[in-house]
Amino acid sequence: MDHVILLGKAYPLLSAPPLPMMNMLLSCGFPSPAADYESELVDLNRLMLRHPDASFLARAHGQSMTGAGIHDGDVLAVDRSMLAQDGDIVVACVEGEYTVKRLSQRVDSVALVAENPAYKPIVVRNADELRIFGVVVLVLHPLVTEGRRGLSYVRPQ
Amino acid sequence: MFGLVDCNNFYASCERVFRPELEGRPVVVLSNNDGCVVARSQEAKALGLKMGVPYFQVKAEYEQRGGVACSSNYELYGDMSRRVMWYLQQRAPAVEIYSIDEAFMDLHGMQRHFDLAGWAGDVRGAVRQRTGIPVCVGVAPTKTLAKLANRLAKLANQMVNSTNQLANSGSGVVLLDDEEQQREALAQVAVEDVWGVGYRSAAKLHTAGIRTAAQLAGVGDAWARKNLGGVVGARMLHELRGFPCSSVAVEDEARKSLCCSRSFGQVLTRMEDVAGAVASHAARAGEKLRAQGMAARLMTVFIETSRYGNMPPPYSFSAQLTLPTATDDTLVLTGWARRGLERLWRPGMRFVKAGIMLDGLERAGASQQAALFADTARSPERAKLMGALDALNKRYGGGAVRVGAAVTMAGQPEPWGMKRGAKSPAFTTKWGELWQVRC
Repeated sequence: MDHVILLGKAYPLLSAPPLPMMNMLLSCGFPSPAADYESELVDLNRLMLRHPDASFLARAHGQSMTGAGIHDGDVLAVDRSMLAQDGDIVVACVEGEYTVKRLSQRVDSVALVAENPAYKPIVVRNADELRIFGVVVLVLHPLVTEGRRGLSYVRPQ
Repeated sequence: MFGLVDCNNFYASCERVFRPELEGRPVVVLSNNDGCVVARSQEAKALGLKMGVPYFQVKAEYEQRGGVACSSNYELYGDMSRRVMWYLQQRAPAVEIYSIDEAFMDLHGMQRHFDLAGWAGDVRGAVRQRTGIPVCVGVAPTKTLAKLANRLAKLANQMVNSTNQLANSGSGVVLLDDEEQQREALAQVAVEDVWGVGYRSAAKLHTAGIRTAAQLAGVGDAWARKNLGGVVGARMLHELRGFPCSSVAVEDEARKSLCCSRSFGQVLTRMEDVAGAVASHAARAGEKLRAQGMAARLMTVFIETSRYGNMPPPYSFSAQLTLPTATDDTLVLTGWARRGLERLWRPGMRFVKAGIMLDGLERAGASQQAALFADTARSPERAKLMGALDALNKRYGGGAVRVGAAVTMAGQPEPWGMKRGAKSPAFTTKWGELWQVRC
């Protein structure tokens, strides 16, 4: 072979198995002291979808919760298995549409409060009428564009 | 004791979980290609819409009265079903998934520790809370009676709904644990609504003057053996009387056959178009096989013409092929599928559906020696290729990498693609269609 042309870096296409936590402690000679502690796999699903039946992912749209760290396009993990408590960020149904707000219990009403001063709270007089889908438990916020990570298919068209 | 959990108006309920604007409105779900009504919300039932009715016949009046129609979204229904079943498996010692929206639970011994009616009510509430899907539960000493109890629970629930009280204030649970309750329940159910009584048996029973489940439970075993399919009929009677004849069958063995078929979005007359559909079904069948670690020995290719045109029957044509060796290789499967199609092709006919059925399933690699005689043996390279194919399709979405026969020109719609004009997004199973919430 005379010459080599560098085309770019090749990444393994077949996704690697989830990262083993302890396996990097391999040693030669002596048996690894970590061998007995193998090997809980880091599985993001256990974090994002804690309850496989009751966990749902949703894409956030809008600016009203930026103060709580939820930005337009973020992915939210919503858990239906927990009861919403005062102060939780919830997905609630307002006029036939789901919205993300902070739940605020007041003396004679319930309010859905935005985390952005430009948005007014939504006051629900009759708490029984408030339908809550679930509690928002995690936010996945990208720090570089998904396209740069080769995830262009992730965003809706 | 056995429990039967059955989801209420399952497909319509799935749609409502993510589309709250559908709450309180009549909702129907249509079959493939938006043909017939296959699921109805309580409100749609109240409007008198019948199951299976061609939608175009009722569309104008139904939509004028505020009804909404959804194209079937099996990605969504499958995922919601998986959620319901997963939860039931956490609660009951053994669960038999009977259909997409029904499961039997083995509750033996539990009545000593739990008030079963209370327990069933708790399960029902939890499924609703955790998945958003409303269910009814029937609990009884046999599967047949549990099924019947569930039916009564559903009827009670519907009555509550139709008298305009708060939806779902019916308890949604019926427990038949003593003979008195069982007798009363049997008297309320028509014989044709008993689990296992088919259309033909029902006609026979009616001729014999047997109208209710209670009357059926009272017929002699000899008569049942003679008229209701032998042992099967006798078993049904025993179960109705409270003696269990079948247990909960937990499915851990992979299925014995699998089928991939779809109706086309339009009538197809060119063999090349139908061949594309057949190839895509064969490829999907291969993917399913590999996911289960199975390989197939028998392949049936079938194509169907419309039953509603002017042509006389037959409407369905099929070719069966015995493969030289059990295979899970998409390229081998699509090759044989093509040969099958060529063998059964009828020029000049108008086809509306095609499919692939695979039988004779065995564990992949179980018949290694036969591979000696096959040109496309299950070589390690081919296995790797299939692994890569599956990984790519998993990573970039189904159909990212396909066999050439199943590919259309860039930008051209697949001529065999389905019409699903009013399909909601695959809210829970595709990144690109993920459920969206405002904030």
